Amino acid sequence: MSHAVPAEQKWWSGGKSPFNVEYGKVMMWYFLMSDAFTFGAFLISYGTIRFASNSWPDPNEVFQSFPGLGSGLPLAFVSLMTFILIISSVTMVLAVQAGHAMDKKGVVKNLVWTIIGGIAFLSCQAWEWHHLHAEGAWWGSNPFLNMDGTKASTNFTNFFFTITGFHGFHVFSGVIINIVMLIMTLNNVFERRGHYLMIEKAGLYWHFVDLVWVFVFTCFYLV
Amino acid sequence: MSFTENYQEITHHHDFDRETARKEVIRVTIILTVITIVELALGFVMMSVHNELMRHVLKGAICIFMLAKAFYIVAYFMHLKHELRNMIMTIVVPLLLFIWFILAFLGDGNSYKELKNRYDPYHHEQSQIKVEKPAHGSHDAKKEGAIE
Repeated sequence: MSHAVPAEQKWWSGGKSPFNVEYGKVMMWYFLMSDAFTFGAFLISYGTIRFASNSWPDPNEVFQSFPGLGSGLPLAFVSLMTFILIISSVTMVLAVQAGHAMDKKGVVKNLVWTIIGGIAFLSCQAWEWHHLHAEGAWWGSNPFLNMDGTKASTNFTNFFFTITGFHGFHVFSGVIINIVMLIMTLNNVFERRGHYLMIEKAGLYWHFVDLVWVFVFTCFYLV
Repeated sequence: MSFTENYQEITHHHDFDRETARKEVIRVTIILTVITIVELALGFVMMSVHNELMRHVLKGAICIFMLAKAFYIVAYFMHLKHELRNMIMTIVVPLLLFIWFILAFLGDGNSYKELKNRYDPYHHEQSQIKVEKPAHGSHDAKKEGAIE
């Protein structure tokens, strides 16, 4: 199958990849797009209900505890979680770049850091859920008052646990995917294949998890 | 045709310089960190602001910073900026649906609130009743939430 490539690239005339990326990566992008709409639908329904409510609990009152430091520290713990996820996204990019350069050692090192970051994030989330649960917050139960001192409905906790839970599940599956990638790298699967494209696809997924957190963090903790 | 052969027709990514790429990652990391710190600072400022309009302005600013962060993650970490234009468009154009999605649904929520307050005065009255602040973590608090 040899083609004479004309001077001017004709991407759609067959025999080549019109998007100049491999099939699996295009499909990963399309999957992430559908996932973006799922998360978008969740967050927008949260926004709709919030806009339809006369008042809403104050995030700075709900999320103000830090393990070992007690309460009265709004935004502190969630900033830590945010930075953990950003840094793990950075190590993932570095793993992808090491894969480009066929540097197995670099891939392994950065994947390990990414996995550690993911597990750290999940641990933070587990602590936060446990803490809120101990305060009486759960699906169908909201101990927090609205910002204006009126009684709040359970909408706040329902949306919080559903959406952060769905995101946490994505982080969890991302960690599993990264562990699989690490095992495959250690077994020289990609070395034999001649490229590390699989790491790029896992990387796209991992960055998407970070991307969603940017929105969840803003919608639930900041505004 | 094996997978590897298939891969070879993908031409663009081979002019890849690891050092340049590394510098780009460092630059984007710094940008993301700075934006996050600014967002958190705005969050802290907002705690002491009680003016309704001012709070909306701050929330709007936070949302713009959020979109900037999303752009940097997608464009650089997910590498979309360096793909072919066709590839970028196939991802970005469908996402424009979100503009309608957000405007329509938030507007709908707001209109529901206003209509309900206007035509259901009992609901409005009930939502204005202040309650005693329960101590966090107490059993009373748990019961009170559970009734709803």
